[in-house]
Formats: sequence, structure tokens, C-alpha cells
Amino acid sequence: MENKSHTLIFLYVLPFVLIVFSLFVGRYQIQVSSVIDEIIISSYALLYGIHLPVSTDHTVLFSVRLPRIIAALLVGSALSIAGVSFQGVFRNPLVSPYILGVGSGAGFGACLGILLFDSALIIQLLAFIFGLLAMFFAIFMGKVSRGTGSLVFVLAGIIVGSIFTSLISLVKYVADPYDELPEIVFWLMGSLSTVRYEDIVWLAFPLVIGATVLLLLRWRINVLSLGDEEAKALGVDIERIRLVIILCATLVTSAAVSISGIIGWVGLVVPHIARMLVGPNYSILMPVSFVLGASFLLLVDDLARTIAATEIPLGIITSLFGAPLFAYLIKRGRLGWN
Amino acid sequence: MELILEVKSLSFSYGNGNIFEDVFFSLERGKVICILGPNGAGKSTLIKCIAGIFKPSGGSVCILGNDTSLMSNGEIARCIGYVPQQNDTIFPFRVLDFVVMGRTPHLSMFSSPQQEDIRIARESLKMVGISELEDKVTSNLSGGQLQLVLIARALTQKPSLLLLDEPTSHLDFGNQVKVLEIVRKLAVSGMSIMMNTHMPDHALLVGDNAAVLSCNRMMLVGNVIDVVTTKNMSSVYGTNVVVREIEDMARKVCIPGSELPLYK
Repeated sequence: MENKSHTLIFLYVLPFVLIVFSLFVGRYQIQVSSVIDEIIISSYALLYGIHLPVSTDHTVLFSVRLPRIIAALLVGSALSIAGVSFQGVFRNPLVSPYILGVGSGAGFGACLGILLFDSALIIQLLAFIFGLLAMFFAIFMGKVSRGTGSLVFVLAGIIVGSIFTSLISLVKYVADPYDELPEIVFWLMGSLSTVRYEDIVWLAFPLVIGATVLLLLRWRINVLSLGDEEAKALGVDIERIRLVIILCATLVTSAAVSISGIIGWVGLVVPHIARMLVGPNYSILMPVSFVLGASFLLLVDDLARTIAATEIPLGIITSLFGAPLFAYLIKRGRLGWN
Repeated sequence: MELILEVKSLSFSYGNGNIFEDVFFSLERGKVICILGPNGAGKSTLIKCIAGIFKPSGGSVCILGNDTSLMSNGEIARCIGYVPQQNDTIFPFRVLDFVVMGRTPHLSMFSSPQQEDIRIARESLKMVGISELEDKVTSNLSGGQLQLVLIARALTQKPSLLLLDEPTSHLDFGNQVKVLEIVRKLAVSGMSIMMNTHMPDHALLVGDNAAVLSCNRMMLVGNVIDVVTTKNMSSVYGTNVVVREIEDMARKVCIPGSELPLYK
């Protein structure tokens, strides 16, 4: 018990340590002392409403690195909390946030935006709308089908996902190979390199709503994970609560995907690491997944912007690191679900 | 005696033909009724209809005088505790976390269990005699321990009626007796219990009443002594069954009647 509370404190403090650390990291070299100076000076300036002449260091720190850090925290926590919620509702530890075709739907929306409009805001908006649209198709299909339980939703998600994936291929096929196609490919691999403060506001809003509802319902997800019949016998209105959870998790995923592109593995691996550390009780598991996801993606993003001279897409790093990590966890056999 | 459960002309159908129809019986406070019947007679379905998991196609179930078709899942779960035959939980919860889930019908949608709920869960664990398992993980329990944990979870609902779906079916001999002892103990403490079983002998051991579900109908209902007889059991199970009084134990037993062919 003592050990466990130490783990918890560490997990909750970690993101704050990483935020500070990430400010120092990057291809553009800034002296440690001048980072500290900038932080102190800017805080004062902010506090007393003074306008200071903007230095290059200041621009790099607060217009490039900080928004990116915040975005990484938000996207990481969004994908993780959506992943852990879906895993509970579908009673399947191998489910990811993209289970209902949200990834492909959002991907298609973004491709369409790149092809037709070429405005960052419209690209995000279309990604968000088509992500939600994919989910509504999947839920609608699950609802009208005669089957019951959560499996029909998973199947519907596969169907919707596959349709949107082929539509993405279609857009790629007709896209200009010198200009639009590279942009589409880059978007689909996931990146935070172009994030600005406006994007963050845009992401934070749905994330706060979705995550708040999910966190409030976290104990009920325990009961849902017992299976439909037992949950019903324990007095849970399963159809309604399942729908609310699916809606919120998808909302959060769509918002994340729309600003970062498709980043795989985070929503699958982070909940597993969290489950290994604190067990399967959603009362603790869910907030831990939330903060761990934030730390995880921030660390991955730090890697993405430092290991090579050019930016490496996040999706590539999360798969390259996430997949072997997952293999290692399976070998350890302490997944917290078998 | 106070009537806890009253089932009137209940029927259920999955869409093509009734699984059972016109089922009548009632149960008083502190009494145990054992439902017997061949495989596939619909005993589990009947229990699930009463628990509110399935919606009956006709008839009514009244718990403490209230018709369950007019009650929400939560209201039913505050009166009726359901113990499933098996549990296939994906995630290995700690036993106490698992048992406290029995408080679900008493908690609002957004709340988590409080100290009081945990105290009630511990009380239930104590009631079935497995307090020492509190910190174990459900996936590491034996079949017998898991059955007791499931009973404890249902008790944590603080129900007036407990439904047990073949609670002894996967257990070794010792654990079967242990579960039956707990059933008896709970009945003495005032709990009404409806239990499905494949063993007529278990009905003789713990049942006040017994009923036979067979050929889509409730064939027999009544005092266990009147229902579990040589003639009835032989006809229900389609084989030679004998019910005998063991005099030095002053109780009846139900055993296979015919000589089994020996292949030497």
C-alpha cells in the first residue's frame, strides 16, 4: 500500500517535471540560464502587464515549444483516457481509441480539407466532423442491427473504418503528388510541429467536457466491465451509460486527432502500463491513464523534435517504441487482465 | 408470513416459441425454494426474468408487492440480488473492490463507494466467511472461493431476495456443502432464496419448498418433501431415482435407483 501511494505521487508529479524539462529540449540551442531568465522575466511581465521587446529565445520558448508541450499533454491524455474507457466498455483490453473508425473518419476529413481548401482551420474542422460522423455511423449500425451487446459496435467500427480507409486511398490517388500528397501522408503519420495556441483552445474544449464526464463515470465502468447481464442485475442502465461513454470517448479522440493527425499505440499501450502499475480498478486507473498518457506523449514528442535534424512524425515513434514495449509487457505477463 | 416474491403466469420467449409459460409460485420471508428440472428446461432463463435481466413476454413478477415491470433496473437491484452461475470478468479486480460493486444500485450515477459502502462489503465477506480473501485478486481464486465472492457481492446489494443460479455446479464436494451451509445460514437470518439446482438432494438439504420446471411449465410446486419423491423425480429425469429416509440421520436422500451396468 505504501509502495502504491509512492507510485501514484510519482505519476501525478511526472508531467510537471517533464514540462520544465521539455522547455530546455530542442534543435535550437538555448542556454539553461537564459531559459530560466526568460521564464522569470516573462512571468513578471505577464503579472504586471508590461510589454517587453521579444527576443528569439522568447519566441522559441513561448510560441514554438510551449504550445507544443501543452498540445502533447492534451493529445496524450485524450487518447489514453479514450482508450482506457473503450477497453472497459467493450470488455476487451486490446481495444484502441480508433475502434469505432474515428481514426479513418478523421483522416478522411483531413485529407479532404488538404485537397479542397488548404486552410489549417478547415482541415482540423473537417477532421473533427468526419471523426464524429464515423462514430455516428458505427453507433447507428450497431443500434439497428439485431445483435445485442458491445460486439456489434466493434464490428460496425471495423466496417465504417474500412470504408473511410478506402476513401482516404481515393483522395490520395487523385491528390497532386508534388504538393498535396506529401501533406496528406505527413498528416496521417501524426505530428505536433505546426500547433499554435488557437489549436489548443480548440482541443481543450471538447477534451475538458469529454474527460470530465468519463472521469465522473469511472467507477461505473468497473461495473460495466463485468458484462451486460451482471451490470444489469446490479441495476445499471447499460444501454444509456454505454452510449454516453462511447460518445465522450469519441469526442475526445476526434478532437485529439484533428490537431495531431493519427497517432497510434498511445491509447492502447498507456492504459496497459497504467493497469500494470495500479491495477484494474477504474477509480484509480482512469486518472492515472490520463496523466501517464500526457507524460508519455510529451516524452515522445521531445524525441520527435530532437533525435534527427528533421522532425520525425509522432505516429512512427509511438509505433516504433510502443510496439516493442507492448511485446515486453506481454512477456512479463503482468498485464493486469489475465 | 410476509410474501417476498410472487410470480404469476410468467412466460418468456426469445421470439420463436415460449421457453416456459404460465409459471406460478411464491416465496415467503426466510424461505428457500429450489427449482429443479432437466437441462434446457429454462431454469436460468426463469431466474434472469425475475432478476430483471430478461423481459418476460407475459405474466408478472412482484417483489415485496411491487410489479418489477414498473421498476427501474436500479430499483429491482435494491430488492433482488442475482448470483450468476459463472463469472467471466476480464479484469482481475481485488476481491473487496469486486464485492463493493454490489453497492451500485444504492449509488448515484456519478458517485463512487464511500467508507460506509466498503463497510457493508466487508460485512458481506464476513457473512460468507471469506474475510481473509479481501486483498486477493479474483482471477487467482478457486471456483468455490469465486462462488462465495459472488454471493458476497449480491449480499452487498442488501436485497430481500437472493437468486442463485446453480451455485454448486462447478464445485467440488466440500465446496458444494459449504455453499449449501451458507444458503441455510442466510435463510435463518431472514433472507429469501431462490436457487436452481441439478441435485434433488440439495433441495432436500436446504429447501423449504421445491418446484420442477419441465416441458415449458412449472410441473410441480410445493413442500420439498412432497415434490422430491421417488415417483416425481423418476418421471422428471426420465430415469430410476430413489428417495429414501436415512434413519440415523433423520433426513431423506435422493440417489440414482437403478444398478449402473458395470463393464469389467
